[in-house]
Amino acid sequence: MRFTAHVDITHLPGVLDPQGATVERALPALGYDNVSEVSIGKTIRLVVDAPDEAAAQAQVEEMCQRLLANPVIEAYSVRVTAMEPA
Amino acid sequence: MSARVAVVLFPGTNCELDVAYAVGRLGGTAEILFHSERDLRGADAVIVPGGFAHGDYLRTGAIARFSPIMDAVAEHARAGGPVVGICNGFQVLTEAGLLPGALQKNSGLRFLCDTVEVRVASTRSALTAGAPRDAVLRLPINHFEGSYTCDRRTLDQLRDEDRIVLRYVDNPNGSLDDIAGIANAGGNVVGLMPHPERAIEAVLGSDDGVVLLQSLLTAAAAFQPPVASVH
Repeated sequence: MRFTAHVDITHLPGVLDPQGATVERALPALGYDNVSEVSIGKTIRLVVDAPDEAAAQAQVEEMCQRLLANPVIEAYSVRVTAMEPA
Repeated sequence: MSARVAVVLFPGTNCELDVAYAVGRLGGTAEILFHSERDLRGADAVIVPGGFAHGDYLRTGAIARFSPIMDAVAEHARAGGPVVGICNGFQVLTEAGLLPGALQKNSGLRFLCDTVEVRVASTRSALTAGAPRDAVLRLPINHFEGSYTCDRRTLDQLRDEDRIVLRYVDNPNGSLDDIAGIANAGGNVVGLMPHPERAIEAVLGSDDGVVLLQSLLTAAAAFQPPVASVH
């Protein structure tokens, strides 16, 4: 079966996020002065072939540990959904 | 015999010629090795120079560990051979697991290009063995992701084992504990953000990098590779 995996990578708490900080300072200039905790991360989307959803989830999490994220400075979350059969 | 230093060249590396020049000027022999090579051709030491290895795709240094030559670099490190990562090379060594922690973006939100003062915090490393402890060196920095970070346990370990080798006098990038450079437990693998190879002649504004690179060449000359095992 084919599964689409969405990987969200965010900064661990305490890790500097210059992009988020800069955007947070820019938004009030447009009148949005009720905004805080802006954080900019990245999304990785990929398709995996796996026997079932649990296997796909486990494999993508392993990819995060080994390459897609750096656990020293980044957190990740993985969302797997089955693709419609062609 | 002069120390032989392998200078690793990834696609995107841009400091290899400066490093090779510095090694040659200080009496060593540098050989630039492309990342697709599988062995170090008998080099006594390795320098992973600065730049943007593999375009810094995904994260700085993240893809470089898959280059064929990195197996040989890791093997050299395991055998106790001197390995030094400068700037992007430091990032590569952390991503490859040869040094702990990671380099995050500078706290000031800016790319930094400056000459800064660093203090020799430990002489128990291949890069600092010949420098007087507490000596203040003026070295160039040139980075955006130069702020060292690690978890609490790792920091305690680095301190307890005297593995923080260089500290910024006036922290330019928010680096944890003012760390500019660290070593592995054996002291033979060192990573640092400043560029000693750009501070080897007075005409460059500083020659304070000489004492560091000279230490490395001394360590390289003294390195005895283990008797080759049969594979």
